[in-house]
Amino acid sequence: MSKKLLLKDAHVEGIRFYDVYRKQGGYEAVEKALKMSTDEIIEEVKTSGLRGRGGAGFPTGMKWSFLAKPEGVPRYLVVNADESEPGTFKDRYLMEFIPHLLIEGMIISSYALGANTSYIYIRGEYSWIPDILEEAIEEAKKAGFLGKNILGTGYDLEIYVHRGAGAYICGEETALLESLEGKRGNPRLKPPFPAVKGLWESPTVVNNVETIAAVVPIINITGAEYAKIGVGRSTGTKLISACGNINKPGVYEIDMTITVEEFIYSDEYCGGIPNGKKLKACIPGGSSVPIVPANLLLKTINGEPRYMNYESLADGGFATGTMMGSGGFIVLDEDQCVVKHTMSLAHFYAHESCGQCTPCREGTPWMYKILKKIESGEGTLADIDLLWDIQRKIEGNTICPLGDAAAWPVAAAIRHFRDEFEWHIDNPEALTKNYGLANYADPIPVAAKAE
Amino acid sequence: MSETVAFKPESLEQVHKIIARYPEGKQKSALIPVLHIAQKEFGGWLDVPVMDYVAQILNIKPIEVYEVATFYTMFNMKPVGKYVLEVCQTGPCMLNGSDGILSHIRETLNIKNGETTADGLFTLKPAECLGACGYAPMMQLGKFYHEHLTKEKVDEILELCRQGAIALD
Ligand SMILES: Cc1cc2nc3c(=O)[nH]c(=O)nc-3n(C[C@H](O)[C@H](O)[C@H](O)COP(=O)(O)O)c2cc1C
Ligand code: SF4
Ligand code: FES
Repeated sequence: MSKKLLLKDAHVEGIRFYDVYRKQGGYEAVEKALKMSTDEIIEEVKTSGLRGRGGAGFPTGMKWSFLAKPEGVPRYLVVNADESEPGTFKDRYLMEFIPHLLIEGMIISSYALGANTSYIYIRGEYSWIPDILEEAIEEAKKAGFLGKNILGTGYDLEIYVHRGAGAYICGEETALLESLEGKRGNPRLKPPFPAVKGLWESPTVVNNVETIAAVVPIINITGAEYAKIGVGRSTGTKLISACGNINKPGVYEIDMTITVEEFIYSDEYCGGIPNGKKLKACIPGGSSVPIVPANLLLKTINGEPRYMNYESLADGGFATGTMMGSGGFIVLDEDQCVVKHTMSLAHFYAHESCGQCTPCREGTPWMYKILKKIESGEGTLADIDLLWDIQRKIEGNTICPLGDAAAWPVAAAIRHFRDEFEWHIDNPEALTKNYGLANYADPIPVAAKAE
Repeated sequence: MSETVAFKPESLEQVHKIIARYPEGKQKSALIPVLHIAQKEFGGWLDVPVMDYVAQILNIKPIEVYEVATFYTMFNMKPVGKYVLEVCQTGPCMLNGSDGILSHIRETLNIKNGETTADGLFTLKPAECLGACGYAPMMQLGKFYHEHLTKEKVDEILELCRQGAIALD
C-alpha cells in the first residue's frame, strides 16, 4: 500500500465541504504555518525536496527563493490549473473532490511568498469547477482562514478563480500571465522571469495545483519527513492520471518507489490491459514526453526494472528513456497504431501553437500533414526522413517549450517505431490491418502477472 | 444585432464583481471571464456589436477584444446550434474509440465536423483534450462533461436535447 498524503481523505463522504475537511485535520497546516516565519516555511519546502508537479519538475523551494521582493510592489501567487496536456487530469480530481486542500495550500504558500492576492487560473472547459472552488473559498473565509487579518495574525489574503477559454498554450506560465492580463496567450521572452516581472510586471510565482496542494502535508509532517518518502530526488508522493488501454483508468497517488510494471499490472493501480491484450507502448508523462515501447518501459536499457519516478523514467535519456512530465500516463495496447496516435498528437500541437515563432507555427501543421499522408497510405520513405528533419529544426528554436513538446513525440515515435512507419508506406494492408506488436515489444502476458 | 446590446442587470452586476477582482486600472484582466458571460447571454457566439459592447464596458479598444476572442477556442465567432457537441478527438480519447463516436454523430445528424444541423439544434465541434482522458470517450455539452460515451449513450443525450431535458448550465 502506497503512502497517501494528498488523497488520504479522498473517499471520506463530504470531504468537498469545510466541516468534513476540517474534521479530518484540514487547516491545521495553516494554523501551524502562520506561527512560522516566511523563511522557515520556504526552508521546509526546500528540505522536502518537492519538485514542481506541472511537468518540468523544478524544485519548488528554490523557485520560491528566487522571488524578487522590491519595496512597495505587490507579489502574486498564481496557481496553474490550466491542465491541458493530453493524458493529464489529476488537478481536476483534486479541485473537484478536495478543493480545500488547494485553498489551504494557497494560504500557506501566499503567506510564505508575501502575496495578499492570489489567483487560480483554471482552463475554461472545467466550467463547473470554479463554483466548487468559490464555495470552498467562501467557507474558508467564513471560518477565518481567508480575508482580512487571518487568525488574528494581521495577514490578509484574497483568492480569486479566473477562467481561461480554451488554449493549451496558456498552461505555459508566461502565456498564462498574458491571458490573466486579458490578452492572447502568447508566451513572453524570458528573461525577465515571472519571479522578477510577472503578473502586471510584479514579482510572481506560478505553481501547479498539485505542487501547491503538496505544501499542506509538508507543513503537517515537516519537510524532513516528506523527503523520506520516495527515493533520491523523487521525494514525496505524485499523482498519476492513468488512461488509454488499461482496466482501471483514474487518478492514483504513488510514492515513487513502485515499478512501472506494478503500476500497470497490479490491481491497486491500473489493473492490467483489458481483454487479455498485450502492452505495446506507453507515454508515461503526458503527450509531450517521448513514447517508449513496452520493453523499454518496463526495463531500462541496462535491464534494471524501471520505477515510477523522475530519475528512473528518464534513465537512458531520450535514446532509451522518457520523462515523468505531468504524470499523464497513456497506455497503448497491441491493437493501437503508433502512426495514427502520433498523428493525433501532431494535430493537437498544430492546433495549439500560438503562432509567434516560425518553426513552431509552420513546422507543427507540416508534421501533421506528413503523418496524415503516411497514415492514409500515401507516404514515401523520404517522408519519414523529412519528418525527422522538421522535428529536429523545431526543437530548441522557439520562444517557449511547446515547440519541443511537439517535436519530441514525433522524434520518439520514429526512433522506436520506424519499422511501423515503413510498414505503413510499403504495405497497402496498413489501411485495414494493424502492425501489432512486431519485434520491439517484450510484453508481459496478463495471465503471468496474476500471482 | 443592433446597438441595443446590453447585459441583463444581474449579468452586469456579475461583470462588476469580476472587475473588482483585479487591481485598479487592470480591468482588462476581466476580459475573458466577461466574454464568457457575453457569449452565454447573447446567443452562444460573439458578434461584433457584442464584442464592441464588452470593449466599452471594460474601457478598452474593440481590437483588444477581437484579438482575444479569436484566439481562444471556446469563443464562437459565428452562430452555433443550441447544443454544441464538443467531442474530444485527441490521442487518449482516440485509444478508447472517439473516432466511432464522432462518426456516429456525423451520421446521425447528417453534418460534418464544425457544421450545424438545419434545425439549428446541434453543432458538432471536435475538441482537443478536455482533461477527461481516463473517462474516455467524452464530450462537453454546455457546462458539463458526458463521459464513458457509447453510441447508445450518445443517442440518449441527443434525444434529451431534442426534448430540451438536458442540463446545459
Ligand atoms: C506548452 C506548455 C503547457 C504547459 N501546461 C501546463 C499546465 O497545464 N499545468 C501546469 O501546471 N504547468 C504547465 N506547464 C508548465 C508551466 O509553464 C510551469 O512550469 C508550471 O506551471 C510551474 O509549476 P510547477 O513548478 O509547480 O510545476 C506548461 C508548459 C508548457 C511549455
Ligand atoms: S513555440 Fe509555438 S507556442 Fe511557443 S511561443 Fe513559439 S509559436 Fe508560440
Ligand atoms: S484526450 Fe480526450 S479528454 Fe484527454
